[in-house]
Amino acid sequence: MRFYEYEAREIVKRAGIPVTDYGFTADAGEAGQIAERIGGSTVIKSQVLTGGRMKAGGVKFADTPGEAEAHAADILKLEINGHAARGVLVDPRAQVKQEYYAGVVWDGTAKKPLILFSDMGGIDIEQVAEEHPDHVGRAHVPTLLPVSDFHAKQAIAGAGVTGRQMQRLIPIVSRLAQLFQTDDMTLAEINPLAELEDGSFVALDAHMEMEKEAEGRQRELLRALGIADDEERDGHEPSTFESAVSAIDAADHRGVIQGKDTGFHGDLGLVIGAGGGSLTLTDAVQSVGGSPANYSEIGGNPSVAKACGLAKAVLQKDGVEKIAVMMSIVSNTRVDIVARGVIKACIELGKDPAETISVFRIPGAWEEEGFKILRRYGVEHFDRSVSMHEAAQRAVDKIQGTTAP
Amino acid sequence: MRTDALFIGIEIDDEAAKDTALAAKLEEVCPVDIYAQAADGTAQIVAVNVDECVLCRLCLDASPDGAVRVLKLYEDGAEL
Amino acid sequence: MSILIDKSTTFIVQGITGREAVNLTRECLDFGSKIVGGVTPGRKGREVHGVPVFDTVAQVVEHNGGAVPDGSVVTVPPAFTKDAVFEALEAGIGLVVIVTERIPRRDVAQMVELADLRGARIIGPNCLGLIVPGVAKMGGIGGPAKDAAKAYGPGRVGVMSRSGGMTTEISSTLTAAGLGVSTAISIGGDAIIGSAYAELMPLFEADEQTEAIVIYTEPGGRMEAQLSEWVAEHDSRLPIVAFMAGRFMDSEEMKGMSFGHAGTIVEGKEDTAAQKIERLQAAGIQVVERIDEIPDAVKARLHEGAA
Ligand code: SF4
Repeated sequence: MRFYEYEAREIVKRAGIPVTDYGFTADAGEAGQIAERIGGSTVIKSQVLTGGRMKAGGVKFADTPGEAEAHAADILKLEINGHAARGVLVDPRAQVKQEYYAGVVWDGTAKKPLILFSDMGGIDIEQVAEEHPDHVGRAHVPTLLPVSDFHAKQAIAGAGVTGRQMQRLIPIVSRLAQLFQTDDMTLAEINPLAELEDGSFVALDAHMEMEKEAEGRQRELLRALGIADDEERDGHEPSTFESAVSAIDAADHRGVIQGKDTGFHGDLGLVIGAGGGSLTLTDAVQSVGGSPANYSEIGGNPSVAKACGLAKAVLQKDGVEKIAVMMSIVSNTRVDIVARGVIKACIELGKDPAETISVFRIPGAWEEEGFKILRRYGVEHFDRSVSMHEAAQRAVDKIQGTTAP
Repeated sequence: MRTDALFIGIEIDDEAAKDTALAAKLEEVCPVDIYAQAADGTAQIVAVNVDECVLCRLCLDASPDGAVRVLKLYEDGAEL
Repeated sequence: MSILIDKSTTFIVQGITGREAVNLTRECLDFGSKIVGGVTPGRKGREVHGVPVFDTVAQVVEHNGGAVPDGSVVTVPPAFTKDAVFEALEAGIGLVVIVTERIPRRDVAQMVELADLRGARIIGPNCLGLIVPGVAKMGGIGGPAKDAAKAYGPGRVGVMSRSGGMTTEISSTLTAAGLGVSTAISIGGDAIIGSAYAELMPLFEADEQTEAIVIYTEPGGRMEAQLSEWVAEHDSRLPIVAFMAGRFMDSEEMKGMSFGHAGTIVEGKEDTAAQKIERLQAAGIQVVERIDEIPDAVKARLHEGAA
């Protein structure tokens, strides 16, 4: 789950990292009041789950509460990359001496969290790492043994920072590394981490992402942040097809089906599985010149109704006349059950299975029984002697009419 | 009584269906809930589940010979 | 020979009374594996396909006269997996196969850290385990014994795959082509796994039966970079052929989306399919475009080696 800046700052604050005296609101009038309370110049920042706020006019400076209110009103109306603002953050305009970067990510190779630290804050860390590698310090932290301040110290020293700055930075970076684990984040970033004119340090912006698999055990934190248990924050709005497939999957606990069509614009419906097989088959269809209408996954041992539901959802997409039903060799999923499901989908939609199912290539468990069903309905089917790519080729040939049906 | 779905047909001998002990057993063994015991204790076939049959034979094993038949309609009604 | 397991390997199944675990136990026993006990808290005294069930791993050890099993297959819900794996590791078990998926990364990292401290190895999570054709299997890999035997013939090629299903597809292709498989490992589809390609390479390197390696890989993560580095640093006798799935994910429209496994999410420009292919090729690893090209590629590389 990706957090809004105002939530990410709250997470940072709860971990004992100093933040500015900011306020969050979805009301322009209230934004003026917050600016009034803060006193002096303020920054009004749009709260959206997308980058490029600055460029899009989602960040504005105000000298008076009245100006803050007017900016807030504008920003609240502003859509950025198709995202409406959740609200605005009103922040005191800080007198910054220097900007730093502090972040923690998972390192899949070391299998540990990795602290990244730089004295060149405010810009993208990947860019700094590429252009100024000597300004980026790194340190791995343990997950079983306690995180200790020296891990933070190593990362800070690695960026060439020492002196009083180092002493002030150590507890901040150490706390960030700790919250990364306690709060089950996949990304915890303070950028910029600012050193103010008076020598103190504050988090001026924060970016946090929580691992989906851990949301269940982080309910308490999520509720404290005002996030409802059922709030979905997928990167994109699910399409009609995607919502339909999720609903079919949720209605029945047997097996797992997934469907995606965002970014797919083709005419060949794919009823495919499982994880790796679906990736391979989607590539295979594209590599032989086909154009998938969607991506899907069949996992586990779904019921006939579930396989039928997925096939129907694919067939009901605009412009889809034919589906290809393909999987790598299955050992858990049953060939005959999937065969029943996809044929049933065709019949219930008033379509001829032999016409509609361009190919059926699922070898493995219960294949003899499955092939009997397919033969009865005249559906072209293959066993394992026909490769995944050959099956994809056949499906694409059929849809392009380059071969007799 | 007999119920045919698209792929599978289920037949329970009318006399056997009245056997409440058998009805309870069928309801218990079938992993995809094809059998249900009606309020009066007799065995019923749940039509919407018939095509979910996984051909596991548990219902056949649980009942006397000929009391229950599972038919594969895609194989000209071949008996399981 | 084989790597990690052989005909004498003993293991337990933690979570043995679960539906999938019951099937997996049957399949492994039928295939010839030695399962010496099962663990499900509160179910002591039961049996699953003749395998005695206990409440704790220590009870299994006691039941077996103090002999610590060589391995454990862990298939318990995600919230309990870490505890189960800790129990196995602290009992002295040296090989833990974690089938469970959707385990938070912090838990996986902690399990790996303890395994390192104890000198043990973890395979998975989110994997189907491993198989030595004709000898033994540990996990659901390949399915029922007769299906597994059909897809996995004994032979010369070591297989490592981030996808369980594709491990079988690739092995079946190798078997049909007469090459066969020495040991096949479903290494798991998550972002953090116990044993990545490079960490298993030394074992294959030391296994006389293995003459070549085939890997199946996906976008996301740095596992291929690590393998490329290993290959560059070690003068390996084993030619490697790689298949990369998920090339379609490189398109601009798919940015930030995850497909297939939890680990496929592209988090940096280094983890795209195109970048990975480039890096693998730079290390001398042949990357094929299709699964059905794998056998010929392997044969050609074996020929080169022999010449
Ligand atoms: S064979 Fe199995 S699934 Fe089919 S009706 Fe009988 S008990 Fe139910």
